[in-house]
Amino acid sequence: MLNTLKLPQKDALRTKTENISGSEILLKAFIAEGVDTIFGYPGGAIMPIYDALYDYQQQLNHILVRHEQGGIHAAQGYARASGRTGVVFATSGPGATNLITGLADALIDSTPLVCITGQVFAHLLGTDAFQETDVINITTPVTKWNFQVTDARELPSAIAKAFHIAGSGRPGPVLIDITKNAQLQKIDFEGYTPCKFLRSYRPKPIVRREPIEQAAALINKAKRPFVLWGQGVILGKAEQEFRAFIEKTGIPAAWTILGLSALSTDHPLNVGMLGMHGNYGPNLLTNECDVMIAIGMRFDDRVTGRLDKYAKQATIIHLDIDPSEIDKNVKADVGIWGDCKETLPILTELVEKGSHKEWLQRFYDCTKEEEKQVIHDELHPTTSEMTMGEVINVMNELTGGDAIVVTDVGQHQMVACRYAKFNQTKSNVTSGGLGTMGFALPAAIGAKFGAPDRTVIAIIGDGGFQMTIQELGTIMQSNVDVKIIILNNRFLGMVRQWQQLFHDKRYSFVNITSPDFVMVAKGYGIAGKSISDRNDLRESLQTMLNHPGAFLLEIMVGKENNVFPMVPQGCSVSEIRLK
Amino acid sequence: MAKEQYTITIYTENNVGLLNRIAIIFSRRKINIDSLNSSPSEIDGIYRFTIVIDETEEVVRKLARQIEKQVEVLKAYYNTNDEIVWQEMALYKVPADQITEKAKVERLLREYGARAVVIRRDYIIFETTGHREETDKLVKVLEPYGMIEFVRTARVAIIKASHGFHEKLKDFEEMQPGSKLVENEFLNKQDEVFTM
Ligand SMILES: Cc1ncc(C[n+]2csc(CCOP(=O)(O)OP(=O)(O)O)c2C)c(N)n1
Repeated sequence: MLNTLKLPQKDALRTKTENISGSEILLKAFIAEGVDTIFGYPGGAIMPIYDALYDYQQQLNHILVRHEQGGIHAAQGYARASGRTGVVFATSGPGATNLITGLADALIDSTPLVCITGQVFAHLLGTDAFQETDVINITTPVTKWNFQVTDARELPSAIAKAFHIAGSGRPGPVLIDITKNAQLQKIDFEGYTPCKFLRSYRPKPIVRREPIEQAAALINKAKRPFVLWGQGVILGKAEQEFRAFIEKTGIPAAWTILGLSALSTDHPLNVGMLGMHGNYGPNLLTNECDVMIAIGMRFDDRVTGRLDKYAKQATIIHLDIDPSEIDKNVKADVGIWGDCKETLPILTELVEKGSHKEWLQRFYDCTKEEEKQVIHDELHPTTSEMTMGEVINVMNELTGGDAIVVTDVGQHQMVACRYAKFNQTKSNVTSGGLGTMGFALPAAIGAKFGAPDRTVIAIIGDGGFQMTIQELGTIMQSNVDVKIIILNNRFLGMVRQWQQLFHDKRYSFVNITSPDFVMVAKGYGIAGKSISDRNDLRESLQTMLNHPGAFLLEIMVGKENNVFPMVPQGCSVSEIRLK
Repeated sequence: MAKEQYTITIYTENNVGLLNRIAIIFSRRKINIDSLNSSPSEIDGIYRFTIVIDETEEVVRKLARQIEKQVEVLKAYYNTNDEIVWQEMALYKVPADQITEKAKVERLLREYGARAVVIRRDYIIFETTGHREETDKLVKVLEPYGMIEFVRTARVAIIKASHGFHEKLKDFEEMQPGSKLVENEFLNKQDEVFTM
């Protein structure tokens, strides 16, 4: 069955009919969608597209990565830093299967991506042809939408739909699989028409006032209201609306790991991080607030801890653009389905101006306790070995909170997110929902292309760095100015911490050895340095930041340091442990 | 909350791959599908899946939301058995020599609301339409005659309270958190709408 574009042609961006290949149509569509950067890796089944790309190098900057996983993580970093849709190319078979981790990561973290995979000729589908994989079915659970194009006439509408779906509503990854014959096929192309709506897909509803009025009434009566915010605020480009809301009401607000940087870290109402390694106050007082206002977050189990002991005393207001999130994990008393860019201003208008001095003081008191028991020693240690926290602390002093910080997964990720200062949105790029080790190095590359004027610092563990270490080649070839900090504790630290705390210190296969990272960097023509003495810390970080171009700084830190506070798995958030 | 039989009715675009997209929502959660039927709907170009599962209301509600989240799904409803009219059809193939006595055939047909679809010298094929218990009953009866083949279709169901999709759309939206009670303005404008 073949239906082609049915929109009136007056909406088309070009009107002159041209007889061109599917591959060229694809690239023209990208340009019409405002794509400037593509992360990709060629191969047999996508060669016609790469051939067409040869003539489009001025308009489309293709970054040759070293592995398709690196390509898709780079596109994620690009999307997260820029707020635009990231684009990836991969060939059929192994090229396409190498995208899977990134697709899963982008789906759970709501990152807009359009991935193009080459596919064998349509007449070979289902024959176990060379490099044929059933990409559509493999990727169905990890894409927001996917589609196989077997005829070039389907391409314009498929691409238009892809961008519309990836970037609207709750964003997510879309994959278009294009058979080689469709890439080669020449058709009359009458111009590209972007897709504005699909009858089966409602990115967001028309906002209804009643639930917002109910929410406002609850908030106006609340004695101990508490705001939790997530990435929805950033994806909805609603940072200002969000700030206006909490500032008018004076409600303390805490963030999920993906919500970080939507509000500057030193804002007096920003009381810190939620969840397993979050701050003391936000976790403890979750079980004391009377009205909880959750904005653009999904109550992940790392945030809630034990659900049956989570905020049972509170009336819950949940604002989300994805209706399937409302009531999914935590039952909402008032669900506000909508784009928070639209719902928050209405709510702000309806709530009374207020302050909650005593209640806010409780959070500050908790911070003091946490400072005393955890933070002080982490940031100003007296041990001979350096801590991860002190590295972040000095980094903050040198960047002033202006850098984009890309983290990998593990202890360093938790420490970096806990202590890094941010005063701009879209500055925290990390793999939250999937927890994908190997994310940071390629994501940092993408972030630099997404925000070329900003300093991009990747903070990575010695384990995770070795998962996508090959992307140093991409940095070398494309001269990507990223600063890489490896926090080397010579362990798979986070797993070791769990083994220490919950498995009687039976360190089972967490002892990881590393190559000489500085030498490896040197092999790629990347400057580097390794330090283990605190006295070299500030100067080395400054050297790294001043260096024109990429720089790798390995910092040896304490081998068996733990991240605290911690809500042990299976415990309530208020059972948070400070040591 | 106790498990109960629910019928999920899903209106979708007719695209390859959608069946898989819907099926994996169940398999991911290790939920067994009792029966699944796909057919055209009352609206041209829109398909209708009917899925039967045994689950608690809470699970079914969440499933329906996950299904509806799929880009090419228009709407998903779920109903208990008392809210729908449903039927299943079954075919039974029995050796003719065992049942040749005419009176016996006619009695069976009458008693079980069955119909003979094919009568040949070597076998007879019966058909019944009804609820599961009814079709199962005839299986029991025919077994002694050496049934050669038996097959039953998936459930098809009509929602008693519904006034067609446009109206049902409103019902459903009322249950959605914060949604506005408006019709999908693009529903009848297929030609102008962006489809593939
Ligand atoms: C791809 C992948 N494999 C395994 C894990 C499980 N895991 C989570 S944290 C961690 C240890 C990370 O070690 P390292 O990169 O050295 O960072 P550290 O915790 O020491 O800061 C592991 C193995 C994961 N998150 N991702």
